[in-house]
Amino acid sequence: MRLVKLSLWLLLSFPFLAVGTSQYNLPVGVTDISRDVYELHMTIFYICCVIGLIVFAIMFWAIIHHRKSKGAVPAQFHESTKVEILWTAIPFVILIAMAVPATKTLIAMEDTTKADLTIKVTGSQWKWHYEYLDHDVSFYSVLSTPREQITNQDEKTETYLLDVDKPLIIPKGKKVRFLMTSDDVIHSWWVPEFAVKKDANPGFINEAWTRVNETGIYRGQCAELCGKDHGFMPVVVEVKEPAEFDQWLANAQLEKAQAAAAEKASLDLTLSKDELMTLGEQVYMANCAACHQPTGMGLPGVFPALKDSPIALGDVKAHIGIVVHGKPATAMQGYSKMLSLKELAAVVTYERNAWGNNTGDLVQPSDIQESMGEAQ
Amino acid sequence: MNNVKLLKKLILTSLLMFAFAFALVPLYDVFCDITGLNGKPNMEQAKVSANSDESRSVRVTFITHAQAGAPFKVKAKRYSVDVSPGEMERIEFIAQNLSSSDKIMQAVPSVAPGRAAKYLHKVSCFCFNQQPLTSKGSADLPLLFYLDETLPNDIHEVTLSYTIYDITADVKGKVASNSNSDGELTNENSI
Amino acid sequence: MTTIAESHHHHHAPTGIKRWLFTTNHKDIGTLYLLFALLMFLTGGAMALVIRAELFQPGLQFVEPHFFNQMTTVHGLIMVFGAVMPAFTGLANWMIPMMIGAPDMALPRMNNWSFWILPFAFFILLMSLFMEGGGPAFGWTFYAPLSTTYSNDNTALFVFAVHIMGISSIMGAINVIVTIVNMRAPGMTYMKLPLFVWTWLITAFLLIAVMPVLAGAVTMVLTDKYFGTDFFNAAGGGDPVMFQHIFWFFGHPEVYIMILPAFGVISTIIPTFSRKKLFGYASMVYATASIAFLSFIVWAHHMFTTGMPLAGELFFMYSTMLISVPTGVKVFNWVATMWRGSISFEVPMLFSIAFIVLFTLGGFSGLMLAITPVDFQYHDTYFVVAHFHYVLVTGAVFSIMAGAYYWLPKWTGNMYHIGLAKAHFWLSLISVNILFFPMHFVGLAGMPRRIPDYALQFADFNALISIGGFAFGLSQLLFVAVVYKCAKGGQKVPAKVWDGAEGLEWEVDSPAPYHTFSEPPEVK
Repeated sequence: MRLVKLSLWLLLSFPFLAVGTSQYNLPVGVTDISRDVYELHMTIFYICCVIGLIVFAIMFWAIIHHRKSKGAVPAQFHESTKVEILWTAIPFVILIAMAVPATKTLIAMEDTTKADLTIKVTGSQWKWHYEYLDHDVSFYSVLSTPREQITNQDEKTETYLLDVDKPLIIPKGKKVRFLMTSDDVIHSWWVPEFAVKKDANPGFINEAWTRVNETGIYRGQCAELCGKDHGFMPVVVEVKEPAEFDQWLANAQLEKAQAAAAEKASLDLTLSKDELMTLGEQVYMANCAACHQPTGMGLPGVFPALKDSPIALGDVKAHIGIVVHGKPATAMQGYSKMLSLKELAAVVTYERNAWGNNTGDLVQPSDIQESMGEAQ
Repeated sequence: MNNVKLLKKLILTSLLMFAFAFALVPLYDVFCDITGLNGKPNMEQAKVSANSDESRSVRVTFITHAQAGAPFKVKAKRYSVDVSPGEMERIEFIAQNLSSSDKIMQAVPSVAPGRAAKYLHKVSCFCFNQQPLTSKGSADLPLLFYLDETLPNDIHEVTLSYTIYDITADVKGKVASNSNSDGELTNENSI
Repeated sequence: MTTIAESHHHHHAPTGIKRWLFTTNHKDIGTLYLLFALLMFLTGGAMALVIRAELFQPGLQFVEPHFFNQMTTVHGLIMVFGAVMPAFTGLANWMIPMMIGAPDMALPRMNNWSFWILPFAFFILLMSLFMEGGGPAFGWTFYAPLSTTYSNDNTALFVFAVHIMGISSIMGAINVIVTIVNMRAPGMTYMKLPLFVWTWLITAFLLIAVMPVLAGAVTMVLTDKYFGTDFFNAAGGGDPVMFQHIFWFFGHPEVYIMILPAFGVISTIIPTFSRKKLFGYASMVYATASIAFLSFIVWAHHMFTTGMPLAGELFFMYSTMLISVPTGVKVFNWVATMWRGSISFEVPMLFSIAFIVLFTLGGFSGLMLAITPVDFQYHDTYFVVAHFHYVLVTGAVFSIMAGAYYWLPKWTGNMYHIGLAKAHFWLSLISVNILFFPMHFVGLAGMPRRIPDYALQFADFNALISIGGFAFGLSQLLFVAVVYKCAKGGQKVPAKVWDGAEGLEWEVDSPAPYHTFSEPPEVK
């Protein structure tokens, strides 16, 4: 019996201990909404605790005092309309008390009007793409935790699995509206500190918004199972002061222009095989190896092998076409938006010459350009 | 009631529920139309609007999204317009086929906020039809639309998004599959 | 289990494997269902251990992410369709005829069929793991388009397996309904039915209503993938979110299909060991019926993040919150039954008390999940995993264990080894909480579901969870030992095994003869 009491005591106190250390509770977050959500969560949690304590106290009282071994004689009652009505009605009242604040918060959450900035968020297997709609800036945001850490060859850093190459940057104190969509399967964009989680559905757009009160870096993850690397597509958002944000945005626009110029310049380049293969391997490992595997063997039945594949050994143009535009209705997406002409040329060259695919074909940036239509 | 009678009734019920699963498909569409559940605007051609409410102005923004593997670039010539409910507006989109083969494109519209969807009427839209684009070709695609005057007052901004799909393989596949569907069926049966 | 056959000889009954293959006896079929469920419970459990082994530490240690996803998917499918549902069908087969004074199920040959197609379904499902590209890796909820366009050919096998499971459950449900409606002993009116029979009657109607919808959903997945339809493909005018609506229209009642019979079992056991009549019999029946009804109008609470109009979110929030009212009534009734009873703590009672406490915990997290604004935070995290494991493992599975320990002496004629059974209970109780309780916290802290690797702040709790998982998994081997020993022999028990038990099943000999109630009993 003592064991029961002890375990019960532990069981009941554990939530309070754990919730007390906020690391294991919902984050309070950095937006008004996330604070409301946190309050709501705690309110309901405490209500549940109180109900639970009362009900279980009565039950354990009976267990302790109305035991056969103590000579308890069973009573004969087995119904009471009054009591039954009472304990149907009381929960109703409690529920209404819960529903009122919940409804208020929900209405605030769904009000996406009058945004200062709109960002289109696109999920794809397994990365996020951000587009600042009114500012002509866009980029992919990809997991940057090195593969060696994942496979336990290197020490894991503090932000293991929660690091990306380019975080989403938003200004502090501004209403930012997100339009979510997806390139392939359903993903879900989630930053716990903002209390924003919204599904990205292919073919449809969804809305969400946030207004962050504090600068800083906030991390989240994809929350909807989206295939093999669902666990490896973090969301990282950096919140800057508005002035810094504007500066960053101007810089990003400048960089975009420079990148375009570099693309143009790369058209005249003729790269050597060594250059292409070295760069190609880097690009391949970063972008292609997750599916096609570092060995080029793919995962049979799921992701095709590139080694000895008819595409990598066949027509160069068809091969470039698939890398640039992707293959419809498969996990193979087009990389024209993600990689530069030079990188694309390198990776196609690499795929045609690595792992014994000795076609000897060299692909140059201008070849890619030809497949791509007009300059981006 | 004897066993067989009841058995028959229950089997019939489960068959009806099986049919009901498929009936959910059109029901869902009706439900979406009423509530704006999935932000899918009406795909039927709307009548031209009669009068407009000049006192209000709503910003309509156009975004496009070429789906993975769809070698198209589609862009509205104007990123956004301010319109009054009831006022007809014409927007030109430029569509390019970036690939070096002939393609058929399908645009699928979606509206945010979802509840605005049923107030967006399209008099003509390139999304009503499949759009064939020749290799490296481009086309000007018009959209003629207006917002319903009954658009709720708290909606100040409407985003119309087109997701662009490459359906070349599907269209050609459907034509071709009639001839080789036997092969597919035997595959199915062997499982 | 051979003791059953030996105790009553029937010259026409075949023996050996043929007896089991061709049996139309409700007790034999019940036994088959229960043993099959146990086998599947261990299989699905082994998969859970693969998952927990991988999650013991951050980083990828044992399995590839793609195989990890197959494990989570098949674990879910096996536990839902292979373990919990067949176990309850087994209990129904064994107990319903005996509880209502019927000689057998109403449709014995269909009963044989509904069991024997089940092993094939799971054989197909398990074999799909060995095909090129592996088995289903899209979660047991098989959301389109992950399960259509983006899956390999395992989808076809998956769909076929689910169809067979569905047909099996529908046949089982039809049998239960016909039996209860037509085969009650004279005088056994509806409001005299034991609560286990009532909850199963309602469950059976739920099954008939929603299993065909699941069949429809998988059929649409199949035609989308192979026959060019566009139900869930936006390019052809479909909508992937519609899949979720159809799935959860099945899925939420499915949840109650797995818990209503559990309520029935608990409502049977608590009065026995409190030596007092069940408090509020009528309100229990009405509560069960209203839970069943409400289950049809709450489905979209599984999909708040898919983007829904405000009105929809509010509707589904309110309707979901409402479910806690009848569920609360049930818990209060059980407590009131124990109140001023004469309680003793035999193994079934221990499991039942644990059920009440832990299921209620699952109910509380369910209520929290119903609140839309906070659900946005909880959705698809380990908080949800904790919630449904509390209601399904410490809820449904514990009630099945309770039922097994309650009726095992009746089935075999032998009392099981009580020391071993108590050890099984205490080990399970402690380990199951080490396993699932910390999941609440990693979920709140932000760990998404269905990920093979996680950020470092979740590491300590995940190690603990994995330890709990292995402890719980290994503890279940004790259950196997108890059942095996009990079937082999043990202390003989009288017809009325438990002094406080009521009901027709305790009026027949222990072990229950091969044929019972050939002459209907008179119910006063």
